[in-house]
Parts: sequence; structure tokens; C-alpha cells
Amino acid sequence: MDLGPLWLSVQLASITMLLLLLIGTPLGWWLARTRSRLRPVLQAIVALPIVLPPTVLGFYLLILLGPAGSLGEWWFRLSGESLTFSFAGLVIASCIYSLPFAVQPIMSAFEAVRQSDLEAAWTLGADRRDAFFSIALPQSLRGYLNAAILSFAHTLGEFGVVLMVGGNIPGETRVISIAIYDQVESLQYAAAHQLSAILLVFAFAVLLAMFALNRQWRQQ
Amino acid sequence: MSSVGEIALRYQLQRGDFSLQVALQLPLSGITGIFGASGAGKTTLLRCIAGLEEAPGSELLVAGERWQDAISSRPAHAREIGYVFQEPRLFSHLDVRANIEYGMRRSPRREAAEFAAVIALLGIDKLLDRKPAELSGGEAQRVAIARALMRAPRFVLMDEPLASLDAARKSEILPYLERLHAESSIPIFYVSHNIDEICCLCDHLVVLDNGHVAASGELQSVLVRMDLPQVMGDAAGSILDGRIANFDANYSLSLLTFAGGELWLPGQLGNIGDRYRLRIRANDVSLSRKRPRDTTVLNLLDVVIEAVQDAPPATQLVRLLAGQQRLVARITRRSREELNLQPGDRVVAQVKAVAVRRPELGE
Repeated sequence: MDLGPLWLSVQLASITMLLLLLIGTPLGWWLARTRSRLRPVLQAIVALPIVLPPTVLGFYLLILLGPAGSLGEWWFRLSGESLTFSFAGLVIASCIYSLPFAVQPIMSAFEAVRQSDLEAAWTLGADRRDAFFSIALPQSLRGYLNAAILSFAHTLGEFGVVLMVGGNIPGETRVISIAIYDQVESLQYAAAHQLSAILLVFAFAVLLAMFALNRQWRQQ
Repeated sequence: MSSVGEIALRYQLQRGDFSLQVALQLPLSGITGIFGASGAGKTTLLRCIAGLEEAPGSELLVAGERWQDAISSRPAHAREIGYVFQEPRLFSHLDVRANIEYGMRRSPRREAAEFAAVIALLGIDKLLDRKPAELSGGEAQRVAIARALMRAPRFVLMDEPLASLDAARKSEILPYLERLHAESSIPIFYVSHNIDEICCLCDHLVVLDNGHVAASGELQSVLVRMDLPQVMGDAAGSILDGRIANFDANYSLSLLTFAGGELWLPGQLGNIGDRYRLRIRANDVSLSRKRPRDTTVLNLLDVVIEAVQDAPPATQLVRLLAGQQRLVARITRRSREELNLQPGDRVVAQVKAVAVRRPELGE
């Protein structure tokens, strides 16, 4: 059995998850704290990938990441490589595709951080940054756990967007969902069964772990 | 304009309908009470001093250091103050010890030895390993006070620290505040709308009314001021500092003497010679021309009327001099006219002993 696609998917999901936790932190903090009128606009943009068909998202990404697209052209000049049909392009696409699954839980967790606690921290000598890292972040760990698991799992199950911007290059963009699709197309049902079962069990285990951890957390 | 032992401030800010306009010079010593009805601006004033409210164009000088002026304002974290909020605001993800150490770690001048002293002072040594969720309201507030003290503040701001507690919890905490006052030299600014707490703890008093300073000065001199009947309302009264001179075990009454007279109070209030502070509400003092006989009131004081002030609609406040001590009585306007009471008259004040509260704050 060729486990390359599974390994590639896990790599893609891990990198995407880490990047999204980094991006989701300032974005979630801003969304949770701001009184700006731009907040609903940004919230809508962040939530778009939930609603849009992956083909629509993939189509725009293809244009943006392609050699004629602004991001793609810039990347090409920088690295001499194309962003479409490459692992780097997949990472960018996945980050956009899974963005809401990281931002929403982080934002909810930050919303639950009480302003009064932050004020108390300031009066105890912590500046804003210090108070964020010593109060807001540790109080939001559950949100981060959920964000990590959801963005990881969602990226793992990604199909349409990958197909649009990544194609099917082994070792580069041939992730597990594409591999299964390919195997079914060519009537290799036994191989499709194996990969599908692995993904099914894995997805279930991840979700089970998340809900169990959440339950334990709540009981504490 | 401010000297080393003082804090000088001038704040002007507008929040919707409410405007705060205060200019004060307050001593950086003892406990300064900030009294007023709800909505008078007490909390806003404390938050301004702490740097939690934006108040452009304001001024704050602490012991000659400029903390805020027209150009710049020190952020809250750089103000070296301790703040005790109405609610304890302990950090739920940290245990009691880590909560107390939070401010300590961020403070440049804290000696480790003081940790033990503060913990002992507030009686929280057995709580150190608990999480805030496992504390009672009174315990949590004591931890919050310890946390503020361990930040090595120049002074402590307390915003009705007892307001969220029931009567039993209040009387659990008050003794700790009294000990703090007696054993430490840290200046405290204590906001309350409860005049009993203020009289019990404070040395100085600021009265706020609708965003303005109605009065500011030494506690007793503000209490007996006659131009504040509307602001003080039922809080009108006076304090009286004396010593316990005797205890009558037969009737369980303590005799308290002060310059100007003596009073019998129920219960054994302390050891003979102990200092004791009473609060006597204006509502609990009545006047008569002659020494009444066959009265149930134990305490009769010979006094001279100093001043009379209308307290509309039906009553008047009368300031009395008993020796060097001042008292305030609230009588009806009708009684005053019937007895024809005038400043300078010698009368007898009847003081209900139950009106009398609280031990003085140690030596």
C-alpha cells in the first residue's frame, strides 16, 4: 500500500494548523475585542470558506496563485517556482480554506476572557502584551485545542480546493483524498478501501479525542 | 503644587450624562475615605487615578512625581498602585499563590520576607494551594488584597471591597483592614457608600456629590460640617475617640471616657485603657433643656449648641460641643422652635448607647 498520500496529507494538515494558530491569534483577538464597524465585514470574510463551494474558492485561488495572479507572480519572482500545483500553494489554499475552523474557536475563547481580569493584570504591573500572554492566552487553551483539532481535521479532509489548485502530483500535491478519488476512478477498490478506512478511523479518533478532552475540561 | 507626602489631582471627564470635575490634594498617609451616593463618581475617580480611564487634560502628581498631565499619561501598569476591586477578580487559571505572586514578579522592589508578613496579616496561609473557585467570597477578597499589597504599591486603591459580601463576610474582612491600617504604613484610598465602614477605618474623608467634591479633610471635621445635610443624608453624625475606663460586669456595660464626658456602652468592648472609636449617628442624639429624670437613655452629656442647619423638609442638624468633642444631632424643626434652641445655649444631649460602634484601630 502506498502511504505517501497519507503522509503528505498529515504534513499539509500539520503545517496548515500551525500557521492558522499563528494567524488566528491576532485575528481572533481583534475580532473578540474590537468595537470597530469593520468587525462584521471581517467576520463574514473569515466565514466565507464555510459557505462557498470548494470549486469557487479553488477557482479564485487558482487565479490568485497562478503565474498571472498577483501572489503567484510575486512568488515566482522570489523562488522561481509556480505556486499552483505545488505544496506551497496547497498550504496557502488550505490556510484560507480552513481559516474559519481555527479563528472561530479562538475568537470565542478570547471573548470569554473578562476585561476585568485584564484590568486587574494591568494594575499589577503587566503591560498589554504581558497581560495577553499571562492571562488571556492561558485562559483560552481550550479554544486553542479546538482550533488545532478542527483546522487539522478539516485540512485532512480537503478535496475540491486541492483538486483545483494542486492537481495530482505524487509527493507534491497528491494528498489522501485525491489518491482515493484516483483509485476509485481507475476501479482500484481495494486500495481505495484501505485509504478510506484509515481516514475514517483517524477522523473519528480525532473528533472523539476533542470531545472527550472538552468534557474533561468542563468538569474540572 | 504637591509636596512629597501628597497626591494632587485634577480630573475632568465626561461620560454620557455624567461629568466628573474634581481637584484634590490628599495626604499620602493613613486611610482616606471617598464617600458618596452611587453615581457620585467614586469608582470613576479611582479608575482615573489607576490609569484605567482615559481622561485627557487631567493632572496627577504623586509625591511630586508627574503621573499624568496635558501631554502624557503613565499607563496603568507603570503606576505602581495596588487596586482592590469590588469583586476579587482573581485569575481563575492560577492558584492563590500564583495570583499573589503575579504582581510581585512584576514589581521591581519587593522583598521576599514581606510575602510571609502579608500572608499572615490577611490569614490566608492555608489557602495558598487552592484555586480561586474553591474560595469563599471573603477569602477571595482577602487574597485580592494580599495580591494588591504584594505589588509593592505606593498606595492602594480600594473600590468598595466589601460591597459584594454579605454582612457576615463583611465583619470577617473588616478586622483585617483594621490590622492593615494599624500594622502597615501604606496609604489607602477607600471608596465606600457605607459611612460606618468609613468611620471605622478612615483618617481623612472626601465627600463626592454628582461628580464634584463636596468636602475634603480630616474625618471628624468633615463629618461635623453643617453644609452637607443633603449629601450626607442619613449618614450625618460624628465620631468620638475615647478610652475604655471601666467595665461593669454586673450589667455588662463598658464605660468610655473622652475629653468632654463619658458614655456607657453595652458589652465588654476591650481592656481598660484601650482606645476606642465610636460613631454616633445624628439620628440617635436628642436634646432637652433640662436633665431628664426617669429616662431609659443611659447617656446624658452636657453640651453647648454651636450651630444649627436646616435639613429640609422636616429636620434640622444641630452641632454640639461636648468638651473638645463635637457631636451632631438631628431634631425636627418643630422641636427646635418649641424649645427655642439657639447657638450658645447649654443643653443636655441624650445619646442612645446602641448608636455606638466599633473599636478603634489598634494603637
